[in-house]
Amino acid sequence: MSTPQLSNFALLRWAWRQLTSMRTALLLLLLLGFAAIPGSLFPQRTQNPMKVTEYFTNNPGLAKWLDRLRLFDVYSSPWFSAIYLLLFISLIGCVLPRTIEHLKAIGAKPPLTPKFLDRMEYPTSVEVPKDQALDLAEKYLRSKRFRIRRDAESISAEKGYSRETGNLLFHLSLILILVGVGIGSLFGSKGEAIVSVGDRFINTPTSYDNLAFGKFQSEGSLIPFALTVTDFKATYDIKTNAPSDYKLSVLAANPIGAKEVAKVIKVNSPLTYGNTKIYLQANGYSPLVTVRDKSGKVTFQGGTVFLPQDGNLTSSGAIKLPDMKPQIGFVASFVPTYDRSNKRGAFSAFPEVLDPRLLVSVWTGNLGLDSGRPQSVYRVDTSNMTRIGLAQLALHQTYKFSEGSITFEGWKPWVNLQIVDDPGKMYALFGAIFAILGLLLSLFTRQRRIWVKVSDRVEIAGLAKNAAPGLAKEISDLKIKLEGK
Amino acid sequence: MTSTNYAYLSNYAIYSAMVLYTIAFFAHSIEVAFSVRSDEVKTKFDFARTDRAGRIGSAMIFLAFIFIFIGVIFRGISAHRVPWGNMYEFSITGALAFTGAYLVALWKYKLRWLGLPVSIAVLLTLGTAITVLYRPSAPLVPALKSTWLAIHVSAAIASGGVFLLANCIAATYLILDSYESKGLPRPNWAKQLPSLESLDQLSYRLVAFVFPLWTFAVIAGAIWAESAWGRYWGWDPKETWAFITWVAYAAYLHARVTVGWRGRKAAWLCLFAGSTFLFNYIYVNIWGTGRHTYSGL
Repeated sequence: MSTPQLSNFALLRWAWRQLTSMRTALLLLLLLGFAAIPGSLFPQRTQNPMKVTEYFTNNPGLAKWLDRLRLFDVYSSPWFSAIYLLLFISLIGCVLPRTIEHLKAIGAKPPLTPKFLDRMEYPTSVEVPKDQALDLAEKYLRSKRFRIRRDAESISAEKGYSRETGNLLFHLSLILILVGVGIGSLFGSKGEAIVSVGDRFINTPTSYDNLAFGKFQSEGSLIPFALTVTDFKATYDIKTNAPSDYKLSVLAANPIGAKEVAKVIKVNSPLTYGNTKIYLQANGYSPLVTVRDKSGKVTFQGGTVFLPQDGNLTSSGAIKLPDMKPQIGFVASFVPTYDRSNKRGAFSAFPEVLDPRLLVSVWTGNLGLDSGRPQSVYRVDTSNMTRIGLAQLALHQTYKFSEGSITFEGWKPWVNLQIVDDPGKMYALFGAIFAILGLLLSLFTRQRRIWVKVSDRVEIAGLAKNAAPGLAKEISDLKIKLEGK
Repeated sequence: MTSTNYAYLSNYAIYSAMVLYTIAFFAHSIEVAFSVRSDEVKTKFDFARTDRAGRIGSAMIFLAFIFIFIGVIFRGISAHRVPWGNMYEFSITGALAFTGAYLVALWKYKLRWLGLPVSIAVLLTLGTAITVLYRPSAPLVPALKSTWLAIHVSAAIASGGVFLLANCIAATYLILDSYESKGLPRPNWAKQLPSLESLDQLSYRLVAFVFPLWTFAVIAGAIWAESAWGRYWGWDPKETWAFITWVAYAAYLHARVTVGWRGRKAAWLCLFAGSTFLFNYIYVNIWGTGRHTYSGL
């Protein structure tokens, strides 16, 4: 009976051999491809949490099961991570020994000339005096940059080591990319903030609408800059209504208190501070209103961020006044360029503000803000409220309802800034560049051997790895050279 | 000339290319149908005359290439940008890349037997493009305004053209292989085609040639995404499927080079990889969600 210690070790070694075998690596690679598919078929929390919520409302039973299988977080699920971690362990186990072997091979001479050249590719005999054959062949092959092993009666020449160099470079670069991705997710941060024109954004956690840190990162890592949004200009194509340009002007100070510098942020050109970048991600409108109570006292004045619902920026939102007695909530839509149809009611016909309307329905009762349950700022929970009015306001119009009045004063645009700190991306970029270089080197280099052997006659033959083309011509060139024709 | 004039000229060029391709289609059909004098059926066409039909086919495809090229260029001029802003434009450029890949392969590897499937594929592409996918020429949305558009999209379209050509060859391999493995003679239309072994090699060589370009297209996309969307990789459906295509072709190359797959198994894997590319192009562009939905549909 073998000791359990030893059999465990043998088992481990067997497992390691299996894992690092080419067949397993190939299987894992294909498996990774298949595992990525569900993430494109089901909505993902990281990209579109709204869609996931929608899925839960529409198919609650199915969604619960899909969620258990982590199909709404495919790319951070244990099974997806398991596949790529195994793949990369397998890759490392495969590539590192090969790198060492390759480094040794670079310093070594080509292998011995085989005994029977006629078993190799393109064997042929050459009409050349035996005593000159090897010298001539060596001179020629050296000029063609083959590495040469010269023995008493034969030459073994090899070329195309950079195929393996490229191959290894490619695979090592993939590891570097994964390291970059890892650093980014462990030490990075990513957040979003809605900022209205005229407002100031200070880079502290409380300024964000949502902010996520990597495992090894915390609040102290945010760099201390401040931005004041001075202007936002969106231009649209009048034929298609599609946006043609967004331009955000800011006054930026880094660190806070430093001299403010005017900067422009556009969709393809974020503002950069080291590894931190500030992107312009979305935009919309905040209607400006004044709300008064029955006595005519102003209870609210200012802008409220509304969320765009379509390409023409028909926007919807909520204005909540918990301090009024009774509490008042406005469920509202802002329409930048008014149009209406029987089917859709009021809607926006163009994303720029040309003929704005504010549509409000007024609710009174309990807003439910003290219930402890988190509430969306863009929606009014009307379950404990009654509707007391409905109105459509043009600019500067006032609507009076039983508890007070609301006046549509104007609007201002807001922008959604995405602020990302990714310290790993340079590693990923260099990994990607080296991967392509390695790939080109390995796919376009041919590795082949040529032998010249002197016995009772002079023979030459060759062997190309992976049946790479072109060896036949090289052999015949060598033959012509040797025969001096 | 005004932008509208250029847009019209571009459309005329695409229509003309379709006419030329239709002629090429008939020429290649005649070439294939009558090129072989079988023992049982005596046809009145002999080799020399079908050779001429084949030459006419090639000439028409060459002319069509020039017309599609003009169509793509004028489309760009009419919109004052690179012509890769919506799916109609992707499709005509894709047809251009595919035709170009075929012509290069024709010149290097004597591939005229592929003329018929190529004509059918391009006619279908252009036909769908001009009927279903057509959108008036318009400026780009802000996210697409970047130098990376030209780099990323051209690399992706060019690799797509070559991948599909490799797929045509792999499919032909499988059809012929099904005859030969049963010990049946090749059907008449296929008598001129190269040996199974060279078909196998050819589809491999095309993939090996274009795989680095595809890798580059994905990486260029990642670099662009970093500057436009704030992350270089976000598992957007398009990115996911580009990754799947990349993995599938990487598996194909490994299967051939390291494990030594040849023939039928390799051809199936090649077809599978190519179909992930097509799925990405058609499904994700039209029905998919995410940030790559620029089809304008």
